[in-house]
Amino acid sequence: MKTIIGLEVHVQLSTATKLFCGCSTDYQDDGPNTHCCPVCLGLPGALPRLNKKAVEYGLRVAKALDMTVLEESEFARKNYFYPDLAKGYQITQHDRPLAVEGTLEIEDDEGHEKVVRITRVHLEEDPGRLVHVTGGANYSLVDYNRSGIPLLEIVTEPDLRSPQEARRFLNKLRTVLEYLGVFDGDREGGLRVDANISLEGSERVEVKNISSYKGVEKALTFEVTRQKNLLRRGLAVTRETRHFMEGRGITTSARGKEEEHDYRYFPDPDLRPLRVAGWVAGIDLPELPTARKNRFMEQYGLSLDHARTLTGDPRLADFYEEVAPIDPGLAATWVADILLGELNYRDMGITAVPPERIAELLALLRAGTITDKAGVQVLREMLDACAAGRPCERPAMIVEREGLIRAAGDEFTSLVQAVIAANPQAVEDYLSGKEGALNFLVGQVMKETRGRADPREVRRIVSQSIKMGEV
Amino acid sequence: MITENDIEHIAELADIGISKDEVPEFTIQFNAILEYFAVLDTVEGEGVPDAGPTNVFREDEPRPSLPQEAVLANAGSTEDGFIKAPRVM
Amino acid sequence: MAGTLNFAPDDRYNAFITTCREAPFGDGALAGVAVAVKDNISTAGIQTTCGSRILEGYIPPYDAHVVELLRGAGAAIVGKTNMDEFGMGSTTETSAFGPTRNPVDRERVPGGSSGGSAAAVAAGLVPMALGTDTGGSIRCPAAFCGIVGLKPTYGRVSRYGLIAYATSLEQIGPMARTVEDVSRLMSVIARYDPRDSTMLDRPYDHQPSADITGLRVGVPEEYFGEGVDERVARTVRDAIGVLEDLGASPVQVSIPGMRYALAAYYVISTGEASSNLARFDGVRYGPAVDTRKTWHEAYRELRHANLGAEVRRRIMLGTFALSAGYAGRYYTKAQVARGNIRQDFERAFRDVDVIAGPTMPTVAFRFGEKNDPLSLYLADILTAPANLAGIPAISVPCGRVEGLPVGLQVMGRRFEDERVIDAAYAYEQEVRA
Repeated sequence: MKTIIGLEVHVQLSTATKLFCGCSTDYQDDGPNTHCCPVCLGLPGALPRLNKKAVEYGLRVAKALDMTVLEESEFARKNYFYPDLAKGYQITQHDRPLAVEGTLEIEDDEGHEKVVRITRVHLEEDPGRLVHVTGGANYSLVDYNRSGIPLLEIVTEPDLRSPQEARRFLNKLRTVLEYLGVFDGDREGGLRVDANISLEGSERVEVKNISSYKGVEKALTFEVTRQKNLLRRGLAVTRETRHFMEGRGITTSARGKEEEHDYRYFPDPDLRPLRVAGWVAGIDLPELPTARKNRFMEQYGLSLDHARTLTGDPRLADFYEEVAPIDPGLAATWVADILLGELNYRDMGITAVPPERIAELLALLRAGTITDKAGVQVLREMLDACAAGRPCERPAMIVEREGLIRAAGDEFTSLVQAVIAANPQAVEDYLSGKEGALNFLVGQVMKETRGRADPREVRRIVSQSIKMGEV
Repeated sequence: MITENDIEHIAELADIGISKDEVPEFTIQFNAILEYFAVLDTVEGEGVPDAGPTNVFREDEPRPSLPQEAVLANAGSTEDGFIKAPRVM
Repeated sequence: MAGTLNFAPDDRYNAFITTCREAPFGDGALAGVAVAVKDNISTAGIQTTCGSRILEGYIPPYDAHVVELLRGAGAAIVGKTNMDEFGMGSTTETSAFGPTRNPVDRERVPGGSSGGSAAAVAAGLVPMALGTDTGGSIRCPAAFCGIVGLKPTYGRVSRYGLIAYATSLEQIGPMARTVEDVSRLMSVIARYDPRDSTMLDRPYDHQPSADITGLRVGVPEEYFGEGVDERVARTVRDAIGVLEDLGASPVQVSIPGMRYALAAYYVISTGEASSNLARFDGVRYGPAVDTRKTWHEAYRELRHANLGAEVRRRIMLGTFALSAGYAGRYYTKAQVARGNIRQDFERAFRDVDVIAGPTMPTVAFRFGEKNDPLSLYLADILTAPANLAGIPAISVPCGRVEGLPVGLQVMGRRFEDERVIDAAYAYEQEVRA
């Protein structure tokens, strides 16, 4: 049974100020109601003034998604009454949005390229934030810091066919937005999703209040199951709006009121129309994720997997390109397979690491000065320092201090001799065909070198020494 | 013709609060006014485009916000810097 | 030379809601001049109510642009004047703070909604006042009280700080006893403000001139038709005769779209008002909403208790006119009608430079005389078209009928407020002589 999914994604644009006033958008660390003015507070007599940068950002997205920008677009009032909606209406775009009819390519569930159609993008303001207080007195608390933050709403056609596809679409969209420099993925609450989902032939259900990529997959997976169960029991799926409860991973029916909203849209007479289609030609788009991925494969000879991982975040891709000159293949392995894991473990972002440090580490590895195992140790020590707020130490210093320079040939030749001499039984076992004895001997040598030696080389030398000794 | 039922429905849509005893009078007045508005049914044409200014913008430069006390000053009741509002169901 | 003006008026007409007993003033074009400000214009630190209980006690934390300009010109802001609640009315009878009385005849209305400002000027309490005009709210009380009042071109005076009733129709404007003072006040307030996105940068800096030779004056038949009091019509025709004596040439014109004007005006203004007044929820300002109740219940209760019947009626009308299923029939049609009227005026202004007629169809009526909403709405028939078209319009006193003032209305092309002032000035100077 075919699943039909469409998404409405709201992203907070990373402008310095709100959509219609000069209050700064950087309120995350500040107290409630500290980034407000007469305009975003909806004080009587205050008037909106449109942020030019928000329009530019919106156009960048429209261009990246290959959309048609309307000759003339306008703002409209969406009228409804809610405590977090200061003016009693939200300024949005209705009949004539910024741009229509675009596309974004993703991978479908079989791994093939698939085109998802984008219906429209438009600008609108975020309402304030409601905090519900319970236990005894039942009332709400409102913080208007968020009131007026610029949102770009991106609406897709119902082209998605599974919760997984929806998650992949969101990830791709988020990456594109980050590449365009219009969205900060680290910002809490910066991306919210409403989803429309139906099973072919049944009614459509709207799911609201999803605020993470994982949440989308969870919510939609729950919905698919819920709807399939209804149909299996011979019941019909009711056309309704449901809320996603992130904590419990379920959707619940929203009270009836939600359904019947007549928003009485009309063009906002406080704002003038936009004629910005002519700006599109002059917008220079940065290299977008897919193009960058392909270039990484070609220019650096990377595998699809590595290229995909490294271009999934523009800052990571920038980082990689800074260190790649040392040795692209080595850099790819170390950045994508090792560094990322170590960063995740420490809850650190790629921007916490100075590229020079990793470049130095790669240089040491490439020259053979240290072994891979030592490299990991150096990396961990360095990141531990960074994470604790101390400066990120230079890898060369760590190597020096910990004495991690790769054991030179003659240094451990004598070690090998010592171990061989001390373990005659093992040597005999090896000579009589027991491979495990060699491992034992190698292990003994490794213990003595405290990991500075390359295990493969030790193995070679031990077996060589034994054979030579035999002769 | 708008009925008293319609008036109650409109009042609900507008969240305006009218009392039972106001409904009959409002209904009569509404109908008289709407009857006058009916002249609009004979308006011809598609409308004239509004030839005013377009692309009126502001630069993305931060301006000082109101201090928190000013934001809270006119509010009915506040709590820890938040403004209190009736709960939504 | 700064100072403080002591203001203790004998406010027997209830022109003021708030008075500033000690009003500071400074240097500038209006140094030391006492100016009254209509109570829908935000004044920092001074209560601003819009004549409504729902803003009783509200102290704005900021000044409207025009108030900043007044202060900058050294004016003494001596008080906030009474008005129909939220500007919705033509008699100042719907104010939550009691009606204002017409200084010419206490038993009669001063007009509205800027009745307080008109009465304060007419009674000699202040030489100048600011009013606002959405469908005639400056010109009507100016006509009824026998003073001068100008509704500027839409977009010439900043609306930043004006508590909105009908966004696309309203302007703040000057009111005074003489055309020259109206012009003086206009010079102070008509300055560009980037905070109002609907404004154009067209500052007003004009010395009124009484020379109107060659001025072509349009006389629209629709302004002298049925519904206009015979005697008022005659008085105004005489006034136009004076203009002719001064060298102007009257020309018959027609504004065919007039028959839709009032319906279009009320659909658009109530539609915008239903949206503009939604913000009064008692959360951030106004009488505190009951936080023990649920949201919708509390919101409705607050509005029922604190908004008068006329305001609630208009909010409902506006909500209805914008609602699904009806917006096409009412709101959309009203906008089409509006565009047609604007074109009618543009067409007429190819043949004439100004258009003249009565400001109001009658003289001031008695309190309670017009007690059904529709008949009151009809009183706006001659003033509302200028708001729909966004053109400047002035009312200047031109005689009396049964001792009650009659207003001559002169309208002009958009941004030709100067020419409208000149026509009024020429008339005024002639009859004073």
